[in-house]
Amino acid sequence: MEIWDGLTKAIELLMSFDPEVMQIAGRSLSISATACLLASLICLPLASLIHFRQFRGKRALISTIQTLFAMPTVLVGLFVLVLFSRAGPLGLFRILFTPAAMVIGQILLISPLLLGFTISALSGVSKEIVDTATSLGASGFQTIWLVLREARYAVLAAVIMGFARAISEVGCALMVGGNIKGATRVITTAIALEASKGDIALAMALGIILLFLALIINIVLNRLQQR
Amino acid sequence: MKSFSPTFLELVDLSHSYGQRYVLQNINLSVDRGDVFALIGPTGAGKTTLLRITNLLEVPSEGEIYFDGTCIPRSGKQRLEIRRRMSFIHQKPQVFNLNVYDNIACGLRWRGEKKHMIAEKVDHILEMVGLEGYENRNARTLSGGEAQRVALARSLVLEPEVLLLDEPTANLDPLSIVKIEQLISHVARQHNTTMIMATHDMSQGQKLADRIGVLLDGRIVQTGSATDIFHSPQNKEVANFVGMENIIAGAIVTNNDGIATVNVGGNAEGIRIEAVSNCAVGKEVYACIRPEDITLALSRTRSSARNSFQAKVTRVTTLGPLSRVELNCGFRLIALVTKISAEDLNLQVGREVYATFKATGVHIMERKLANDWNS
Repeated sequence: MEIWDGLTKAIELLMSFDPEVMQIAGRSLSISATACLLASLICLPLASLIHFRQFRGKRALISTIQTLFAMPTVLVGLFVLVLFSRAGPLGLFRILFTPAAMVIGQILLISPLLLGFTISALSGVSKEIVDTATSLGASGFQTIWLVLREARYAVLAAVIMGFARAISEVGCALMVGGNIKGATRVITTAIALEASKGDIALAMALGIILLFLALIINIVLNRLQQR
Repeated sequence: MKSFSPTFLELVDLSHSYGQRYVLQNINLSVDRGDVFALIGPTGAGKTTLLRITNLLEVPSEGEIYFDGTCIPRSGKQRLEIRRRMSFIHQKPQVFNLNVYDNIACGLRWRGEKKHMIAEKVDHILEMVGLEGYENRNARTLSGGEAQRVALARSLVLEPEVLLLDEPTANLDPLSIVKIEQLISHVARQHNTTMIMATHDMSQGQKLADRIGVLLDGRIVQTGSATDIFHSPQNKEVANFVGMENIIAGAIVTNNDGIATVNVGGNAEGIRIEAVSNCAVGKEVYACIRPEDITLALSRTRSSARNSFQAKVTRVTTLGPLSRVELNCGFRLIALVTKISAEDLNLQVGREVYATFKATGVHIMERKLANDWNS
């Protein structure tokens, strides 16, 4: 019954453009999109570097990255909390319980995922393609750019996966954001709160809104990829 | 024109190994500007590795490469600069997952060409390879022959000084092969492009190349004109590879002014073959006869041909328009005749015929130890 209530409530909230819900959804979207964008900017070149360079311990590094896929969100939260707490090594930045801390947490959370899946996307491009590009006079950087383009579908899948993990996590957002109303409350932390308060329908509605957001992001990215 | 050096591309004492295994050994090769050089040899002989090293994709274990008078360093930026003066068409055409236009334009973009120049050159090359109107097609959706033409266009648009081709027509249908071969010879003539082409198809080497090198087991065993290679192979391995199906062991018994008699029977009586050779009496030799140089008849023909043997047909195989006839005339002989003449002569197993060939059609090779390559 609560599912049905949740669904009707979600439609109601969406239709009425409830300002608080819109704000929370917008914050979720902007924090996770920022984290995903920054993580992509760091991880795509880094993954290319790891893929194209031969060095000792490369296999071990990739195994480690893949192990970190399973990193619990609360562990990342704890790490950021310790790092940015007043007494912590980066405490002077005073960003704990701000969206900035949440972005940093999400970057750390999704980076292994982006790295690992981009490396495997690049591995899917045959060695012959790399050789052909080199033969046609591509420099190292030009070759990397071409190979990223060749693997664009798989790379985009990695980015979508990173975004999905970022927008759906709750442990880190709660620990380093603090679920402060009007400041760091995002959809997932709001769901946790409403559920604990007993407003199951509202919690459901928020969950549906989150999935709706994910759907829109997917559609947009897929359009981009088809161009 | 700047200082003219006769050798444009030179490989000196080049060897390459993967781990313990040598894939190339003591390669010395020089190609003049504008020359078309064919590298023939069976699969696994090292042709691709040699091309890859020439294209500076790999650094040889030993040896030097000289390009237009410069010794190429083993690492560093100069390798990219020199590589940009060449182009290498790999065996399997690897088109990029982009449209045809972008595939062909990418090499020019990487060289920083102006946009309108790129458009002009791509249009021109598309017309040359017969792919007008394909600009916006994704290259991955093309047929094998079309993809190979895109690969060719992508290289030719760069107007390379050296074009390296690895089995340019492998796995293509006969019609596509003709098109690609025409393009290659057109480019060689019109643009005076230096080419090194690896092929296992001897007739292709013969058709397109000025000079041929035979690569066997990682060594260049013989270089020369097509005639040299096909009619005067230097040793048994080359002879085998170039289709000298009759390689008959024997010894020189007489030699009168360049007309040598070879005893191939194994005893003093023997069976004698006459050949044009300066080989001295007593030498152990191979007499090599191309199967297409042997004529078959039902009676002993009166002709200038010095060698005529009565023979019994032991086997007949049809190879398209030709028939391959195995004969026993005291020694084993293989002849290649047209299918029509095989039918006219009613060639069947057991049939008695006369096999005739000229003394000039016999190539005499001295017999040496199998691993003495530097003959």
